[in-house]
Amino acid sequence: MHETTSTSVDLKPKDGGLLAQFKNPTALAAACEKVRDAGYKKWDAHSPFPIHGLDPSVGIRPTRLPWLIFGAGITGTSVAILLQWWTNAVNYTFSISGKPFFSLPANIPIAFELTVLFAALTAFFATLGRNGLPRLHHPLFNSERFLRATSDGFFIAISSDDPGYRPDSTRALLEAAGAEAVEHMEDDSQINAKLPRPLTIVLVTAFVLGFIPLGVIARARTNTSPKPRIHVVPDMDSQPMFKAQAAFSGFSGFADQRAMRQPVAGTVAMGDRHLDEHLTQGIVDGAFATTLPSEIPMTRSTLERGRQRFNIYCAPCHGEAGYGDGMVAQRAQALGSPKWVPPTNLHEPRLRSQPFGQMFNTITHGIRNMPAYGHAIPAKDRWAIAAYLGALQLSQNAPLSAVPQEQRAALK
Amino acid sequence: MTSTVYSDKEFDNTGADPTARAPLILGDLDIQGVTDVVAGIPEQPRTSKAWWIAFGISVSLAGMFGLLTAHLIYTGTGVWGNNIPVGWAWPIVNFVFWVGIGHAGTLISAILFLLRQRWRTSINRFAEAMTVFAVICALIFPGIHVGRIWLAYWMFPVPNQMEMWPNFRSPLLWDVFAVGTYGLVSTLFWFFGMIPDLATLRDRATGCIRKAIYGALALGWNGSARHWHRYERTYLILAALATPLVLSVHSVVSFDFAVAVLPGWHTTIFPPYFVAGAIFSGFAMVITLAVPARIIFGLEKLITLRHLENMAKVILTTGSMVGYAYGMEFFIAWYSGNATEGFTFKNRAFGPYAWAYWIMVSCNVIAPQLFWFKKIRSTPWLMLIVCIFVNIGMWFERFVITVTSLSRDFLPSAWGYYSPTLVDIGMLIGSFGIFFTLFLLFLRFVPVVAMAEVKAIMPEAHIHKSSHGEEPAHHA
Ligand code: HEC
Repeated sequence: MHETTSTSVDLKPKDGGLLAQFKNPTALAAACEKVRDAGYKKWDAHSPFPIHGLDPSVGIRPTRLPWLIFGAGITGTSVAILLQWWTNAVNYTFSISGKPFFSLPANIPIAFELTVLFAALTAFFATLGRNGLPRLHHPLFNSERFLRATSDGFFIAISSDDPGYRPDSTRALLEAAGAEAVEHMEDDSQINAKLPRPLTIVLVTAFVLGFIPLGVIARARTNTSPKPRIHVVPDMDSQPMFKAQAAFSGFSGFADQRAMRQPVAGTVAMGDRHLDEHLTQGIVDGAFATTLPSEIPMTRSTLERGRQRFNIYCAPCHGEAGYGDGMVAQRAQALGSPKWVPPTNLHEPRLRSQPFGQMFNTITHGIRNMPAYGHAIPAKDRWAIAAYLGALQLSQNAPLSAVPQEQRAALK
Repeated sequence: MTSTVYSDKEFDNTGADPTARAPLILGDLDIQGVTDVVAGIPEQPRTSKAWWIAFGISVSLAGMFGLLTAHLIYTGTGVWGNNIPVGWAWPIVNFVFWVGIGHAGTLISAILFLLRQRWRTSINRFAEAMTVFAVICALIFPGIHVGRIWLAYWMFPVPNQMEMWPNFRSPLLWDVFAVGTYGLVSTLFWFFGMIPDLATLRDRATGCIRKAIYGALALGWNGSARHWHRYERTYLILAALATPLVLSVHSVVSFDFAVAVLPGWHTTIFPPYFVAGAIFSGFAMVITLAVPARIIFGLEKLITLRHLENMAKVILTTGSMVGYAYGMEFFIAWYSGNATEGFTFKNRAFGPYAWAYWIMVSCNVIAPQLFWFKKIRSTPWLMLIVCIFVNIGMWFERFVITVTSLSRDFLPSAWGYYSPTLVDIGMLIGSFGIFFTLFLLFLRFVPVVAMAEVKAIMPEAHIHKSSHGEEPAHHA
């Protein structure tokens, strides 16, 4: 680097000050006192290890760093408590074994760790910062002799920036203080202050390129995209499993080509023990039952229950009155869906003569295009619906004679 | 020097006479001598054959660990023997084992520093390096144990598109913070203490590359008195911070177990018991490493017999504490009157894992008691043997705690017997490979003894008011 810039006249190394070497810590301390008393400000002692008791000789006042570190520790404690309180008790509350959302005892460990973490990081970086480090270039490092400062050499360096610095008198002072050797330091920071060109180019390019990811992220955050999120790792997206109607799915299942194990022979699912054929299947002596099972009395409350269940489960398709004109049917009509099979009109004569057991069976297993409801509606409610259906059919097709005398007038 | 020139051959500094201060450094080493011995190791022009062999083995094992980890990530945690009921098996055992190893380093560097135990200076760098590398090995295990390791960042409170936060009431999260902080702070502490020594290597470097690397790492340290002033203050504060930290870390690790309701885990004795065990195993590891290293690198004058003996005493003390804790666990199991708790401990000692339990007891309780004998306490190779047993015993302690408790909990119908797979075994061995790879690199490239600190406790380092310029003539 020297060669490239030495052509310029004013770029000559400056006088950086004086460097004096001493024999041992004791001599160094004595000399420091003399330099201190001579009123120098910009100077320092250098030694390979901390010399205890040297501070007053150099005139060093106790550092205030501990206060800063203490402050950082307190900040760490507060940040930890706030973090735990805000995340777990305010922003995202979820109950874990009934523990309170905010509880100080549970927060202590992390509060302690963050206290130490903040304090330690501050201690480290603040000490380096206050020491002006990292500083890889320094007039001291131009001295061959100074290499011993990290092995066994003891030095005093007085900077040329010191107002009291005079090359001759300062040298005399150092020699009088017992220096073994005194020499000039070269300050070539003017010359070497410039970064080498290739390094500059690399740094500038890296800096500019550094904005690209930020730009991409900013764009992604402000725009919406119809594409699914990019999965770097496809987590559980692809799982070897049996796919219905797929010839080959990458999963051969168990040895018997099944995807699931069969229950042990003779296993009966809970609540699935159909002893009473009438109640659970609507069958009596091999034919559809014509009556309700004995558990379901034909009472007003059964019919009310049936009406309520019918309006929930059946009316969306069949309509509340049963004419096959529920909301779903109307909507399908409006859309003109070609594949739509309209729900049957429940007042068709064919259906009016169906036994209760067959109705029950239709609800339980579904029929042709109608889905099954056996899994969703308990058996007793299915019977209630069947009973209500009978009442509904009667209501739409009863002869006038079936209506009580007093109410016939209202129908006309 | 006018007096106290000892050669390691003629002077035994393990004496117990309290009126005579035993020298901490032997032989005719002066300040420059310390630099030459310590800095000489990374400066050796040729690496010894022993180093290459050891390094070759370690790197291969570390490579095996890498491949097994890739296999694990690609295939899933099923490659391990972990399965219900023992969902926390070797990975967690290894984690606790390695974190424990790390503790001695911080103890030596921080606690002994606060207690002004000046003998620590020869071994603290060494022990701190051990801490950092052990914590690295430790952190790998829970990291890969989470299964989908690419989501391991969920352990940190990072804002995310799911708007979820980690559960801060869980000891597992405390662990993330405790071990994370511990790793970071011990690395900082280690590096901070090393800056002046890196500057020494920088100033002695001859090659351009060495100069550049050590130069960058030394951050421009120039030994200024003002810098030393702040440096020492901060070092003290870091030590004061690291001291409760090291105690907290293994306490928090023990919470992972103690906060659960599992019999055999749910005990209040765990935090102190874990901390004592950690120090115990850590010191054993320091001796295991120091005994060969001081011979191979000629550090006998710096890491003296007295250092080793002091550590053996710490092992004896903490080993007795661990033994007491084992006994106390049994007492509480009986005294609590809790049938499951009682069963768990009977099961530990006489159940299907009795073999592991008795390995643990013989290695951890009986072996360290040998250190009552001065002969064993001051013969390096005997110490080494005892310490290797302690290391084995402490691994088994974690195995016994983790596996026996999980394999037989409250519900006999859910009991099981755990056995590791080859991948489990390979990864445990591989983690030693990682540890020793890092450690050998450390031995080869970094000053293994804190030169500046050792120099500061030497007689010539002091200012002598009476007759300045004179060589000092007394105490160490
Ligand atoms: C999703 C719409 C939908 C719902 C809900 C629905 N059905 Fe149907 N239902 C249909 C359709 C469509 C058909 C005609 C099926 C065919 O012919 O393929 C049908 C047919 C019927 C039939 C005639 C069966 C026969 O023998 O031809 C009866 C009875 C019936 N439904 C009763 C009910 C009852 C009772 C409920 C309430 C539990 C119900 N449905 C709920 C769509 C529905």
